[in-house]
Amino acid sequence: MKSELVRFEDWTDPVRAVEREVVSLTDGARGDRPPLLFVPGLGHGAWAFAEHWLPRAAERGFAAHALTPRAGGDLRAQVHDVVQVAASLPRQAVLVGHGTGALVVAYAMGRYPARAGVLAAPVLDGWPTLWAALRANPFGTLPALFGGRLRMSREQLFGPAMPAEQARPILDRVAAKPGRELVTHGPVPRPAGDPPVLVAGSPDDRVVPRASLDRTATRYGGAPLLFPGMGHDLMLDVTWSEPIEAVLDWLDKELPSAGQ
Amino acid sequence: MIIFLSSWTSCSLPPEGPVWQYRRVPDTPDIADRRDAVCVVGAGASGLTAIKNLREQGFEVDCYERETSVGGAWNWRHDRSPVYAGTHLISSRPLTEFPDFPMPDTWPDYPDHRQVLSYLERYSAHFGLGDSVWFGTEVVSVAPVGDGRWDVTTQSTGGGSSRVQRYAGVVVANGHNWSPARPEIPGDFRGQVIHSAQYKDPAQLRGRKVLVIGGGNTGCDIAVEAAQQAGAVWHSTRRGYWYAPKYLFGRPADQVNDRMLQLRVPLRLRQWLYRRVLALTTGDLTRYGLPAPDHKPYESHPIVNSQLPYYLGHGRITPVPDVTGFDGASAVLADGRRIEPDLVITATGYRPSFEFLDPELLGTAEDGRPDLHLHAFARRHPTLAVVGLVQADFGLFPLAHWQSVAVARWLRLRVTDPERAAAVQQKESARPVASWSRRRVVPTTRHWFEVGHTDYLRAVEGLLREMETA
Repeated sequence: MKSELVRFEDWTDPVRAVEREVVSLTDGARGDRPPLLFVPGLGHGAWAFAEHWLPRAAERGFAAHALTPRAGGDLRAQVHDVVQVAASLPRQAVLVGHGTGALVVAYAMGRYPARAGVLAAPVLDGWPTLWAALRANPFGTLPALFGGRLRMSREQLFGPAMPAEQARPILDRVAAKPGRELVTHGPVPRPAGDPPVLVAGSPDDRVVPRASLDRTATRYGGAPLLFPGMGHDLMLDVTWSEPIEAVLDWLDKELPSAGQ
Repeated sequence: MIIFLSSWTSCSLPPEGPVWQYRRVPDTPDIADRRDAVCVVGAGASGLTAIKNLREQGFEVDCYERETSVGGAWNWRHDRSPVYAGTHLISSRPLTEFPDFPMPDTWPDYPDHRQVLSYLERYSAHFGLGDSVWFGTEVVSVAPVGDGRWDVTTQSTGGGSSRVQRYAGVVVANGHNWSPARPEIPGDFRGQVIHSAQYKDPAQLRGRKVLVIGGGNTGCDIAVEAAQQAGAVWHSTRRGYWYAPKYLFGRPADQVNDRMLQLRVPLRLRQWLYRRVLALTTGDLTRYGLPAPDHKPYESHPIVNSQLPYYLGHGRITPVPDVTGFDGASAVLADGRRIEPDLVITATGYRPSFEFLDPELLGTAEDGRPDLHLHAFARRHPTLAVVGLVQADFGLFPLAHWQSVAVARWLRLRVTDPERAAAVQQKESARPVASWSRRRVVPTTRHWFEVGHTDYLRAVEGLLREMETA
């Protein structure tokens, strides 16, 4: 069994520091509410949250931050960056990960005792996600298996209600080169400090299969919060406000000191 | 009056009592029962991590800190802080940070004491630990009252009335680098003698003739600072040591050493490599007049100083043997020589001190050495623990973190499942001391709490797993 206490990798081969892009909205943040750190998934950056979710969270009194994953960083480097940014915040942070960003958050929670964790449309099971992607979008997915670029389709990221002209610029912006470890990684660690964890997703998500969503929720001892009709990109789809409002409501309820 | 006294626990004083009697009630309470709360003594690095991990296990925590701010030894504003202006870490950043709250990765490999203090302050603010700390409050006594509970008497640092509160557990984190161990050197000395605890600023050395006594990390640091500032410098050590450089092969030396541990290089081979690497880089120090080490590498607390050999080589530091006595203006050396310093700094370390505890509670021997399981758990008092009383080839913070995780889970297990707690205790008592304590070391008080960090952490992890499995 791998030791949780003896961490030779961290001690002998620390992750190299890079400049990190963090988008922050802290105006109007209330002192009694924990800061939120949003972690985007494959192909997305802080911009994906800056669009809708960051301003909405800020309106409701949360200091909201979003991190752009470092270019070419492996899973370990990305986890390092999330923990670094979380620890740089003035108070214990809530980590919100989307897609493969939820995988990064799941690993980061093994390190850093988050105030709470939110896994939105989490890609925690590599193989089922890969199969689903090959079925939904074979021509966009296959090149990525051989080191090429992953192209996401409109059907994968958005529900049918999303207007094409609105989806196009986003699809153009999503540039991803997935690493092998997204599929081959081991089981995610147990979260440090036993924080409450919410799993949210859509039953109509063409990236994360429903069964996978249920498995992830079960792993954290709950059931997933579902938003039918939405695609994978919960924060950019037309009904983006529903999931974020539900997440913020859950935080208000779950963190009693935060709600007063 | 006597009737009032006996009824002070209840708040119903007879209404006809004069006003001043009402006012006196809150100042002189009976023992306040804090029920399941745990008391932490000290809000330095070890105390802070104890608060955090106890709260994570659901405990209410009252921490008492005699100073008015967090940071303990690392806070240079504190009376008892051993920090001097030039203090830097001697273990590198990744081996020193709390495992769940890393230092900024943009910080240098070896941060200085100001950065370490700001790190501890941010740790405290981040997890809201200050809410649990009573500043300016000293613990006067901690006494068992049976069934594992404790009466803790506290007093405001400025004096005033004392207060007794009852706790379900006590975690002592009062540090062990504040009570100076001063050598007894016979004879009268005309110059000035100070302990390294009183050394704060290189200006104290400027232009003087300085004798530094002690070959530990502090002694070497001060000798180096004196080499840069003083008129003349003697460095007195009782024995030869292995002076490790801070960098090897372009990496912090402790990271290189841990790579060898990771590759499971056996001790003998590591000792051989250590000698070879030192011989090829620093070279033979005996040609400067230093005695050869009387022990093998890894058999004493590591002394990490790249600059000492440099200043020896420049003739700025003159190594001398033990000081056997003072005689007027001169210090008499073990080899009969006499030198005439005007400032003597004894960098002879610190002793652990638990003046608020009966020595029996920690199994403290005549010589003042407590006997604790994993250097943390009192053997006869399952709800009493000490955090941070270890010395390692590693940063203290991660060790104190895992100690306090173990203490917090242990206290929790005693509440939730006393039967299994008893079974764990039984099993732990069979854990051989040699498996977690470094035994092959130079037998001095300096090495009372010496551990090898990997063996020690594996032992603590073993305890954590025992507490988990059903």
